[in-house]
Amino acid sequence: MPDVTKAQTTDEALLDAVAPPAVEVPAGQDEKKSDKPRSLWGDAWYDLRHRPMFWVSSVLLFLLIVIAAFPGLFTSVDPRDGDLVNHYLSKPELTHFFQPDWFGYDQQGRSIYARVVHGTRASILVGVGVTAVVTLVGALLGMLAGYFGGWVDSVISRLTDIFFGIPFLLGTMVVLNAFTERKVYVVILALAFLGWTSIARVTRSSVITAKQADYVTAARALGAGTSRILFRHVMPNAIAPTIVVATIALGGYISAEATLSFLGLGLSDPTISWGIDISEGSKVIRDNPHTLLFPAGMLSLTVFAFIMLGDAVRDALDPKLR
Amino acid sequence: MRGARSAKWVAGAIVVALAATACGGGDDTGSDDMNKGKADPNGIVTAQLSEPQNPLQPANAKESQGSRVLRTIFAGLVDYEPGTGELEYVNAESVTPNDDSSEWTVKLKAGWKFHDGTPVTAQSYVDSWNWSANIKNNQTNSSWFADIVGYEDVHPEKGDPKTDKMSGLKVVDETTFTVKLTQPVSYFAYKLGYDVWAPLPEAFFKDPEKYGENPIGNGPYKFVSWEHNKLIKVRKFDGYKGPNKAKNGGIDFKNYTTADAAYSDLRSNNVDWIEQVPTTALTNYKTDLGDRAIDQEYSAVQSIVPAFYTKTFKDIDPKVIQGLSMAIDRETITKTVLQGTRTPADSYVAPGVLGYKKGALGDIVKFDAAQAKKLIQEGGGVPGNKIQIQYNADQDHKPWVDAVCNSIRKSTGVDCVGDPKPTFQADLDARDNDEVKSMYRGGWVLDYPVNSNFMRDLYGTTAAGNTSGYSNKEFDELSSEADKASSIDETVKLYQEAEQLLAKDMPAIPLWFYKVNSGQSTNILGKIPYGQDGDPIFDQVQVKQK
Amino acid sequence: MGRYAARRLLQMIPIFIGTTLLIFLMVHILPGDPVRAIYGDKAPDPAQIAAIKREYGFDKPVLEQYVHYMLNLLQGDFGKNLAGRPVIDLMSDAFPVTLRLTLLAITIEIIIGVGLGAWAGLRAGKAADTGVLIFTLTVISIPVFVLGFIARFIFADELGWLPPNVQDSTSFSQLFLPAFVLAMLSMAYVARLTRTTFAENLRADYMRTALAKGLPRRRIIGVHLLRNSLIPVVTFVGTDVGGFIGGAVITEGIFNIQGVGNLLYRAVQTSEGSTVTGVVTVLVLVILLINLLIDLLYAVLDPRIRYA
Repeated sequence: MPDVTKAQTTDEALLDAVAPPAVEVPAGQDEKKSDKPRSLWGDAWYDLRHRPMFWVSSVLLFLLIVIAAFPGLFTSVDPRDGDLVNHYLSKPELTHFFQPDWFGYDQQGRSIYARVVHGTRASILVGVGVTAVVTLVGALLGMLAGYFGGWVDSVISRLTDIFFGIPFLLGTMVVLNAFTERKVYVVILALAFLGWTSIARVTRSSVITAKQADYVTAARALGAGTSRILFRHVMPNAIAPTIVVATIALGGYISAEATLSFLGLGLSDPTISWGIDISEGSKVIRDNPHTLLFPAGMLSLTVFAFIMLGDAVRDALDPKLR
Repeated sequence: MRGARSAKWVAGAIVVALAATACGGGDDTGSDDMNKGKADPNGIVTAQLSEPQNPLQPANAKESQGSRVLRTIFAGLVDYEPGTGELEYVNAESVTPNDDSSEWTVKLKAGWKFHDGTPVTAQSYVDSWNWSANIKNNQTNSSWFADIVGYEDVHPEKGDPKTDKMSGLKVVDETTFTVKLTQPVSYFAYKLGYDVWAPLPEAFFKDPEKYGENPIGNGPYKFVSWEHNKLIKVRKFDGYKGPNKAKNGGIDFKNYTTADAAYSDLRSNNVDWIEQVPTTALTNYKTDLGDRAIDQEYSAVQSIVPAFYTKTFKDIDPKVIQGLSMAIDRETITKTVLQGTRTPADSYVAPGVLGYKKGALGDIVKFDAAQAKKLIQEGGGVPGNKIQIQYNADQDHKPWVDAVCNSIRKSTGVDCVGDPKPTFQADLDARDNDEVKSMYRGGWVLDYPVNSNFMRDLYGTTAAGNTSGYSNKEFDELSSEADKASSIDETVKLYQEAEQLLAKDMPAIPLWFYKVNSGQSTNILGKIPYGQDGDPIFDQVQVKQK
Repeated sequence: MGRYAARRLLQMIPIFIGTTLLIFLMVHILPGDPVRAIYGDKAPDPAQIAAIKREYGFDKPVLEQYVHYMLNLLQGDFGKNLAGRPVIDLMSDAFPVTLRLTLLAITIEIIIGVGLGAWAGLRAGKAADTGVLIFTLTVISIPVFVLGFIARFIFADELGWLPPNVQDSTSFSQLFLPAFVLAMLSMAYVARLTRTTFAENLRADYMRTALAKGLPRRRIIGVHLLRNSLIPVVTFVGTDVGGFIGGAVITEGIFNIQGVGNLLYRAVQTSEGSTVTGVVTVLVLVILLINLLIDLLYAVLDPRIRYA
């Protein structure tokens, strides 16, 4: 997926080229805003609260999550129920808020509003699911590689290079082509299959920085075990860049799912997906642009919200960029 | 309304077309009158084509694009009269059966020549068929020769062929040969119209690979050049002796990959014929083109087929399937979702085929929600009260599958969902391996215009096209009796009886017949005539004098 | 520098083998039988299918097929597709088309992206900055295929400024719209990246020095600032080649361009293993080489970096 690879590569580039990992800035250096020293996280939260972008995206995302969880609250119409005789490609009634005909009807005579509402769940699930899997796998591998170095690092890094070498969208297409039935979890795993590499790389480099810190040396001198050092000292200080990359990539995964569905390789029936609806709508766009515009708008809004959140989080966790 | 926008690019162009009739309406102007003017015997026709997927060589042309070119270069033994499906001789003087239709004698017209000057003889046919049937030559159409005695010797199920000649083929003299069949087939002559039965010149056997890039035929046009992904040129062959001499100077097959691009070129007269109006333009093309629009049924049918090995349809009462059939509002769906590209089916056999009978299936294909519900109830209902329709998502099937399901759901309460397979391969795999969940999409385009092709080859217990597990002894007996019938008329009649047997059993629910939605440029004089197979008869197309 | 390049080239070998093996395995584990599919709805002929598979070596174990494939590859033989056309022919038809499209897209990306980014970076914190930020966020949020349809709907169908389909892939005016759509997303990232580095470097010491020396503003921005800010942009454009190919699958499909993306999409759909493996192999090689090139370029752009 172009979106994802780009989100990731840019971020790597940003993190590598522009800003050293946030952890290098020890907590409590922000002297002008508070007299009490704050942790990195406290500092980030303070920063976030003062960003309008954070609030806009949070409200949007909250709304989207409510729609995804309880679509029934927003429409009582069955999104699969089509009426060709009365509603074939009916135009939208833009003033009929929250009514079935608000966004018009598609070429199956189904309410586009109902389909947009019911399509939310799949997109959000895919986005959150892929991000979770990718972060777990990527962060774990990156941490192992960064902390232990040596042959562990060599093996993991080469593996990362190999998986990174295959263009993301193409590889995912090939993987998904292998599944005749593509439920949400299949799409999640397929996207994660090639998606974990960026997280692994980012985590590895921030772990390498973090493990050289004085407090790690101190902890080791005090006789702390490997796992204790790793999870109590290194991880909390190295995880910030990982979170930033993951948050930004989330929106990209949603967009990737829609693109794959558009190519006929994403979610399959009977799952309702914006990508499928956009693809169907594109066939009649000439006289009926509404069949494409509403699902596409909803999709873009969702991706927008996640990317905006990622942006805000990055700025907050990355004091150098302020 | 300029140009068009492509929706999805579909893996393979599927479209073919048949006999053209004018469709009214349009903004036709006097100067544009397609029937006025004089024909230019040397005018060149430009036609749409996608890159043929195989070398241009008759026995391997499985897809429509290669076939379209090959049909202009080759003249077969026989052809079919458009509309009626009656047999016409082309290269053959006569094709006559013995008493029980198990041995056929083919007499060729004398004096025919290939484009390279070598004569077309009985040997040209026999050599061609032997080569094409040979398993070593990997021809995808090889099984067409399976009726001939000695086929197993050149095409064994395992291992290498024992010989390279089928014993059933005998050259009698320069222009006569005989074909011995393993069992009587009363309509064998009809099969001979298909591309694979074409003759091949000696030049072919010297270097088949080179030939595939530069074919030499015996047809009304000779091959000139093939620029991959761009253009294939064929020109009138002056030495052609057949009845279908070219009425134009030649054809330029221009490569298009999307229907949209071809359509915009048609509207600006850069191409004279396109195979199908793009989905995005279907609602407007008749106003765009006026009486240059082409809108006609052709001999192909689409259906949904119950897989009889599934829990749902094992031991099902045929009444339930009849009920499902009546729950589908074919009228509305063809008019809306399918945008007039199909017409509701009323028979297992497509129109334009010998033995097609209008309304053969009667009420079973009429939409009647109440009756549908009743029939399903009487038949004991659908087990699990749910069906799935399997289709391949790489072609444009989703819209109609969704619409059919919706129609069934609404009128009977039986839940119905589409079951898309990502590719045609995956779809076929599931069918071959008996892994269909309940129903699958079926489609059939004629091989030869006899109703047996739409029945025996699909619903016979051992038919290779039968992947649903359907088996009906009575039908099998009737069809083998029909194949042995003394005349083709008798065969057709017996198959019409067999169709009524199928109607009781419902081995498939016919949905609709295909239509061609196409158009022609203003350079063409008169309406482009279409053949039985749904492609234009290019040699009969006339170009206006400039 | 020569030794560094040699070492990098050696390091590429295991990655190249690993990547091609991975894609080879992925393609060959796919269900769906490409040979069977030739027959479509019509009756398949098992004996003939087996014979064709034998000819292509599909009956052998996957690893053996891979070794065989790689050995042939070393001799420049990419194999044939199922229709019997050499894969190298298919690729030599498709690659120049995509190359033209991509180059045009990268040009658009850099011109607009760096321009917007520099403008925003010089006015960090002002309205122009916020405007560019919102614009880039919006562009990033709209998936390429939606962007493609909308761009075509507006510029080709409604306004009629540009042709909706590409018939002649050598025509600049026909390629412009698809290249623009392809460039949009990367352009947004380039703009953001440029903006950040510009804002950053404006505060750098060497800027102060340059100002103190009394250099003209145009020279400071054009030479000092631009040169130092371009390093991350170059890195990004380089690592983005893979993304471009992914985007090309979409844009080439929408605009009917006979390039690599289209070739690959069709090959994936029809499980044409030899074509998929061939194209991806070439792509991986290209991407690896570009990455190497970029690392070497660093040294040129940034005098602080020296490779031993």
